[in-house]
Amino acid sequence: MDIGLLGQYLANGIILGTMYALVAVGFTLFFGVLDVIKFSHGDVLMLGAFTGFTAFLGLEFVGVTDPWVQVLVVTLVAVAGTAFIGAVIARYLVLPLKAAPPLNILLITLMLGTAIREAVRLFYPNGSNPKPFPALLPDASTDLGNFTLRADSVILVAVGLAVIVGLHLLINRTRLGLAIRAVAQDEETARIMGINYTMIVLVTFAIGSGAAAFAGIMNGLYYNEINFGMGLLLGLIGFSAAIVGGLGNLYGAILGGFLFAALQTIGAVALPFASAYKDVFAFGVVIAVMAWKPTGLIAERTSDRV
Amino acid sequence: MSTDTQTAPRPTWLGLPPLAVGLLVVVLASAYAWLFLHAESQVVVLVLLAVAALAAVVGGRTGADRVLATAMSQHSRAMNGAIVAGLLAVIALFATDHFPLLMLTTVLLYMTAALGLNIQFGYAGMVNFAGAAFFGIGAYTAAVMTTQTGLPPLLILILGGVMAALIGFVLVIPVVRTRGHYAAVVTIAFSVLFKTFLEVNDILGGPQGLMVDSMKILGWDFNASPVLFGVEMSFYLNYALLGAALAVLAFVFTRRLERSWVGLTLDAVRLDDTASACFGIGITRAKVLAFTLGNVMVGMAGALYGMMISFIAPTSFTFSDSLLLVAIVLLGGMGSPWGTALAAFIVIVLPEKLQIIQEYRFLLFSVLVIAMLLFRPDGLLPRTVRAYIPGWRAKP
Repeated sequence: MDIGLLGQYLANGIILGTMYALVAVGFTLFFGVLDVIKFSHGDVLMLGAFTGFTAFLGLEFVGVTDPWVQVLVVTLVAVAGTAFIGAVIARYLVLPLKAAPPLNILLITLMLGTAIREAVRLFYPNGSNPKPFPALLPDASTDLGNFTLRADSVILVAVGLAVIVGLHLLINRTRLGLAIRAVAQDEETARIMGINYTMIVLVTFAIGSGAAAFAGIMNGLYYNEINFGMGLLLGLIGFSAAIVGGLGNLYGAILGGFLFAALQTIGAVALPFASAYKDVFAFGVVIAVMAWKPTGLIAERTSDRV
Repeated sequence: MSTDTQTAPRPTWLGLPPLAVGLLVVVLASAYAWLFLHAESQVVVLVLLAVAALAAVVGGRTGADRVLATAMSQHSRAMNGAIVAGLLAVIALFATDHFPLLMLTTVLLYMTAALGLNIQFGYAGMVNFAGAAFFGIGAYTAAVMTTQTGLPPLLILILGGVMAALIGFVLVIPVVRTRGHYAAVVTIAFSVLFKTFLEVNDILGGPQGLMVDSMKILGWDFNASPVLFGVEMSFYLNYALLGAALAVLAFVFTRRLERSWVGLTLDAVRLDDTASACFGIGITRAKVLAFTLGNVMVGMAGALYGMMISFIAPTSFTFSDSLLLVAIVLLGGMGSPWGTALAAFIVIVLPEKLQIIQEYRFLLFSVLVIAMLLFRPDGLLPRTVRAYIPGWRAKP
């Protein structure tokens, strides 16, 4: 194996891992505060990417052409808009079903995902075709032997990791994070301590959805294309990553995200069969990990009250 | 029957005894199914939908549903016979039409598959989001076996189920060891893995899919149109009858299983696995049994489906199709076989019929399920409390 090619795969794997980790963080946050799986997460991500794309078109229309301003505005609009939508979903679809069996919430959010996907396909102008996402980041690159280091990849990974670290600090170092962790520990006690439960749940959903929108923008900037179906597989991968890492644990989500990207990369490069089998390999390993560690790599601390 | 159960006031509806109400409902439902499958114009479809909604509301208000339930429990033999007769009558009325029969058979096969999932979801409380994958295993088994071997197709139908169970065994360890969301991810991963695998490999036809040979029983080719009384019937008639037989078999099996000690064991495991373990129930055994039985039913339905549509491709067995099966189980009501039958009809036929909203049907359908879960989470026909002794009536 050529060292340059190896570097190329490594860089690609890190980008994918960052994206997956951002999606998985959302799943794990929602599970933490409300013990629910919100399966429309992938489609919320897609919605974020489309919101960003719309913002870009708006900027072009107004006449703002500086790429740095554009990328900043696109990201901000996408994250803010999607965070709002995430909170609305939590308020009107997830919270009313809190007492229902978990399967019902899983199903309602799955159906919501389908509804979002179909709505974008039908109502977004020409929504059934892929959209060319603009390359807003500088396209400079350095050649290191066979390995081309693209500036946009470096920026994406750096900002993505910064967002993950920021989320980590938010959860572990701020009063808001303390409230989120308190609600995740025990709803009733948190209420007694004067924490506004509903508010915290909505804020958590907003944060998770914002992270997903960020991943969606990353995806668009990296592949320069978005389409209405992009959320389904990304959502599934994010969910698998969160589960493999161990639900309700931020580190688990990050570990799971990078692990999944690593598995895909290994499946594409290092294994004897065709690279098209990379997803088969990655999901196969996920199943094997679940057989080995039924509650994820970093296990949730639970006890059964009998 | 002891005498004191006879003194219980028998519920009536418009002065009719339960059995008469039950038979009337079966006749009306069969006529409705015939009209609905027959309806061509969108106006007629919409009117029929309005009629169904109105009938459901009026029936609920006037207590017809309770009388119907009484009829089902007290005269189950007569009612079941009437329902099968109604189904056969609808099939016979469509004997020469391709499309309604194809739809009806699809409903019957999806119902069989959903009944299989029902054993897993409704009784044992296990989640399986890979229903379409096991359906696909059955269909691909049928494709390979019918084209490569000379085995009798009826045996291949059973092999489809066996194959689904065997591949299901690969998942047994993670599925039994994990719970809740963790179990969900195992089957979701398998569902995605299965479809991707079919798409990338060359032996099983790749994205183009495979041809499936038709069903033949004793030299009688199902894809040749039978001629009865000088009229050429649709060749789907064969499949409709076999599909009906399979669905009835699956239905009877599910009901028997529910009433048996096995069903009781599965219910106990679903409700509280710790307590059941304390009572000496082998949880692992119960779960493996439910998982395998369910997969066999899904696989057999898939095998017949493959033979009927005679051409299968990976796009028919995606994760979304698995969700469709789960939606049938939940819409009908978990653990409720009649609910499953009703939901299968709605989920399969409604989108086909509402051409006026063709473009928006998936959107409307998902919104419908969301509303359903918000306002009637137990499903259309919720499962009733287990009757310990069949035919036994509680004292008033």
